[in-house]
Amino acid sequence: MTASRVLKVSLLMLFVFIMLCLVSLAVGSVHVEWGVILRFLGKALTGNFSIYSQEELIVASVRLPRVLFAGVVGAVLSVGGVIFQALLRNPLADPYILGISGGAAVGAITGIVIGASSFYLGIPLLAFCGALITVFLLFVIAGGARGALMDNSLLLTGVVINAFFAAAILFFLSLVGSLELHSITFWLMGDLSRAAWGEIGLAALCLFAGFFLLYGQAGKLNLLVQGEETALHLGVNVERTKPWLLVVTSLMVSVTVALAGLIGFVGIMVPHMMRLLFGSDHRMLMPVAALFGASFLVIADTLSRVLMMPSELPVGVITALCGAPYFIFLLKRKSL
Amino acid sequence: MQIVSAQDVNFSYGENTVIRGVSFSVGRSEITAIIGPNGSGKTTLLKLINGTLLPEKGEVGVAGKNTARYTRREIAKKVSIVPQETSLIFPYYAEEIVLMGRFPHLGNYRFENKNDYSIVHEAMERTDTLSFARRRFNELSAGERQRVLIARALAQEPEVLLLDESTAFLDLKHQLRFLRLLKKLKAEKQLTIVFVTHDINLAAQHADKIILLYSGKIYAIGNPAEVISARNMKEVYEVDVLVDVGLQNRSPRITLLT
Repeated sequence: MTASRVLKVSLLMLFVFIMLCLVSLAVGSVHVEWGVILRFLGKALTGNFSIYSQEELIVASVRLPRVLFAGVVGAVLSVGGVIFQALLRNPLADPYILGISGGAAVGAITGIVIGASSFYLGIPLLAFCGALITVFLLFVIAGGARGALMDNSLLLTGVVINAFFAAAILFFLSLVGSLELHSITFWLMGDLSRAAWGEIGLAALCLFAGFFLLYGQAGKLNLLVQGEETALHLGVNVERTKPWLLVVTSLMVSVTVALAGLIGFVGIMVPHMMRLLFGSDHRMLMPVAALFGASFLVIADTLSRVLMMPSELPVGVITALCGAPYFIFLLKRKSL
Repeated sequence: MQIVSAQDVNFSYGENTVIRGVSFSVGRSEITAIIGPNGSGKTTLLKLINGTLLPEKGEVGVAGKNTARYTRREIAKKVSIVPQETSLIFPYYAEEIVLMGRFPHLGNYRFENKNDYSIVHEAMERTDTLSFARRRFNELSAGERQRVLIARALAQEPEVLLLDESTAFLDLKHQLRFLRLLKKLKAEKQLTIVFVTHDINLAAQHADKIILLYSGKIYAIGNPAEVISARNMKEVYEVDVLVDVGLQNRSPRITLLT
């Protein structure tokens, strides 16, 4: 693997992502002409954000934040999937299976119930705490006497924690009034429409910082997927590397889940497709999964806006509708 | 000059003591064989040498430094191991597996350069694995996989090469090639080789020194003629053997008496 090949493929996928974003900006319940979009983006790039028409207003304040947010969320979930699958040596693992997304969800819903939404970043902070507590639980329950993270026990612990969180979420749902109920259920199925610019910026910051930190470990991931023993033999300090990867990835994912809700299956589908196309070297896999994941969620979100026009579907419905069959297809295939 | 030394080493997995009071040293560019019955601690001893396991008592030194004081990356530049088998969940090409041998020499955020590729090419040429460089590791036969793992260990450019039953899956042609390669590396690069095997005749014929392990202790150590005796085999393996002398290089040769 060479740096120039990674760069070439990544640039190509970045180009595809940008093209998809432009298409997504144009379609919706109000059709916006290409000329209007390009003129507005050209203006915005030179620092002029003044808005002259209703179409421009729709692009600037409704579609553009949403499209960018979809990109960030898709990238985070896909990279998270890549890392968790490598750490657990299991192509079916992702933040959802491990219960980390569930932990963030319980945190966020607790926030909605106790009215934390009136504080700035109140809900994301609680979600973040929920995810952290989950990671802590994973360590305590699945970690052995010396804190070694066993592959299978970690996965099983995730399943148990998930079951517990599902019960907790149902408990909260039975407590709340119909107004909150609607916002919680929409959030549980994934909602990209409500993020404000500040929150999108926060998610983007987490993505870039997290990706930068994780990408430095890409070479170690290649060895870790061959088992802890091989990784040790070839010079990886497994006991330090594994918790570090787990914590950074969990933080990145929990912020995203707090802001976007539960969007499933992206973290399983995207890494697998990219492995088929580009192989398993994580130095290639991580950037292409991030970019393809971003494109994938932009497409899914666009579909969620246009399929049932003028009403909208939660984007999690779209990802689950393609993801669940894909999951079964993966299970049935002999070679992963 | 000695490159590996163990002094009064003890190691146990929980309650189960596997290595008791083991002391030995291995000189640079020496070929040492470790033999002994199942469960006598052979593989554990290899892992103590490459620092994957640290002794509870006593110490193991590699190139004059205690293994406990090495970082994983540092020791992986000095010692490489060819494991018995490795399982892969995700698809990798054989060449990618060998390239991973360069990991200890690369920093984070780094890619292999021309020099790394030429080292990998040479390792694959020497192990006769170039012909399936672009095939998936999982789709290779056990013997082919073994050769890829040997190439990976060579790509690490170690000073000490540890082999755990590495000839078990090789056909006769590749066994011969491999043994010749080891002798060549020993002569050219002063490579030190420690190998675990069940094939006593192979050990007797190719090792400079043999360590005979028996329930975690060194039962006998020395040159093949000293260690391979009918009495030692009877005591350790509980079998009767006939020991005579091989025709090629006068090394001891055993025949199981049935």
